[in-house]
Amino acid sequence: MKTAINAQRRRLASVAGATALAAGSSGLLSGCASATAAPAAAPRKLGRVLVIGGGYGGATAAKYIKKWGGDAIDVMLVERESAFVSCPLSNLVLGGHRKIEDLTVSYAGLRQAGILVMNDEVLGIDPAKMMVSFRKLADQRFDRIVVSPGVDFDFGSVQGLNDAAQKRILHAWKAGPQTVALRAQLEAMPDGGTYVLSIPKAPYRCPPGPYERVCQVASYFKAAKPRSKIIVLDANPDIQSKKGLFLAAWNGQYKGLIEYRANSMVTEVDAGKLAAITELGDRVSADVLNVVPAMAAAQLAHKAGLVNVNKLWCGVDWVTLESTAAKGIHVLGDSTFSAPAMPKSGHMANQHGKAAAAAIVELMNGRAPQPVTMANTCYSFVDADNVVHVASVHRYDGEKKTMVTVPGSGGLSSQANRLEGVYANAWAQNIWNDMLT
Amino acid sequence: MKELIPRALAGAVVAGAMLGVSAVHATDVRYIAANCANCHGTDGRAAGGGGMPGLAGLSATYFVEQMNAFRSGKREATIMHQLAKGYTDAEIAQMAAYFAAQKPSK
Repeated sequence: MKTAINAQRRRLASVAGATALAAGSSGLLSGCASATAAPAAAPRKLGRVLVIGGGYGGATAAKYIKKWGGDAIDVMLVERESAFVSCPLSNLVLGGHRKIEDLTVSYAGLRQAGILVMNDEVLGIDPAKMMVSFRKLADQRFDRIVVSPGVDFDFGSVQGLNDAAQKRILHAWKAGPQTVALRAQLEAMPDGGTYVLSIPKAPYRCPPGPYERVCQVASYFKAAKPRSKIIVLDANPDIQSKKGLFLAAWNGQYKGLIEYRANSMVTEVDAGKLAAITELGDRVSADVLNVVPAMAAAQLAHKAGLVNVNKLWCGVDWVTLESTAAKGIHVLGDSTFSAPAMPKSGHMANQHGKAAAAAIVELMNGRAPQPVTMANTCYSFVDADNVVHVASVHRYDGEKKTMVTVPGSGGLSSQANRLEGVYANAWAQNIWNDMLT
Repeated sequence: MKELIPRALAGAVVAGAMLGVSAVHATDVRYIAANCANCHGTDGRAAGGGGMPGLAGLSATYFVEQMNAFRSGKREATIMHQLAKGYTDAEIAQMAAYFAAQKPSK
């Protein structure tokens, strides 16, 4: 009896304010109940999961926990922004080949799938009590929490990059208003001007992203401002991904446009005169200065005590994606301390989301989660149509207790090609559907 | 609120007993097949018109044959010859069975 009362109390508590959940929850279990003429019993409830962050990792986790967990698991997704904007493909906005609207998808599909999507911000997590505080919603307890907040920038690592300077010196490394604003700066720049891109030390979000950005800006300059120039200040000793493929474009169709400087970490900016100053003291003047600062797991992960590797990233168990710092909390995507040769990519975050969803569904059903193989595919556009890829497959190694790449698998495009341009666009459409509908 | 954890565990034990071993096996298959969804669509139902083939409803024999052809190099590809090498025969057989059982998109 006590259990029944608790069950009802629990059901009422979880359904309160969750009309979206109720609307989509007349699934298998209640159907079975009526077919066997049993009383209209409530669906068996295993608990409530909160997913924080509606990007490639979080949205995928929310979708698949609901898909695999069904009515037994209530899923709430909290996201600060009102719509999803894709980082992959956002460099094409800088090249003038896409509009930001093309990369924007609403959360309506997830709501239709029975997920309670809340446009709110998480202020804090108490891992011991599994309590979460929000900007707008009341404090709530969850049975499991998925943290997929992405990265935050270390603006302090670049002297002079204060709040005022950040209005003029953009990163555009989170797709949205900054992407549009950087495109506007490039459009306003006179022909003959200089675009300077500063790349932080790895690991950062999207290893090939900066080099794809160089191609996209070059593509725009070549068509519209051919006397202009691009200077790349890379804090790393070399191009971090798809080197030969990017160099083929830089030395081929963009010959003479791009100057690449390795080991050139920008440590200071002059926002007034618009210049970047490197660690070695080189001063590089710009007409458009684009500084991508060093990155770490988002502040929320730091505040919740989930950052336990190098004071930068969140350690996870690679079978469950559960934090190695807090039980019951799973961390996904760019915030994680990556397994060897595992990139911080949207595709990878989607795979993290599925692995975490599988583990959460298994754990909440009292079963032992099994390791899940993960794959990565990163497409980069070297111009409007031609694309190059890097791919890898990652499998759990029980002895090393991490993911390792499968020997002989993965690889690169042989050269930039239009067919992969078609596939890259299809990839975007399909992965957005996979995570948001 | 304290009663939530024991309740969840009790429910899980009952569920485990009801579902049995075959259900555990079935869930494994969907987790493996979900690997493909990033590019080929959820449950292998790809968005139309994009040039990315859907996998839902493919014959299991055809699926296994193509994956083997990618792995051996018999079938040329832009990327699948690299990805196919990451999966075991058993995983490919499970994916094949899963996608064969899915309804293709309209």
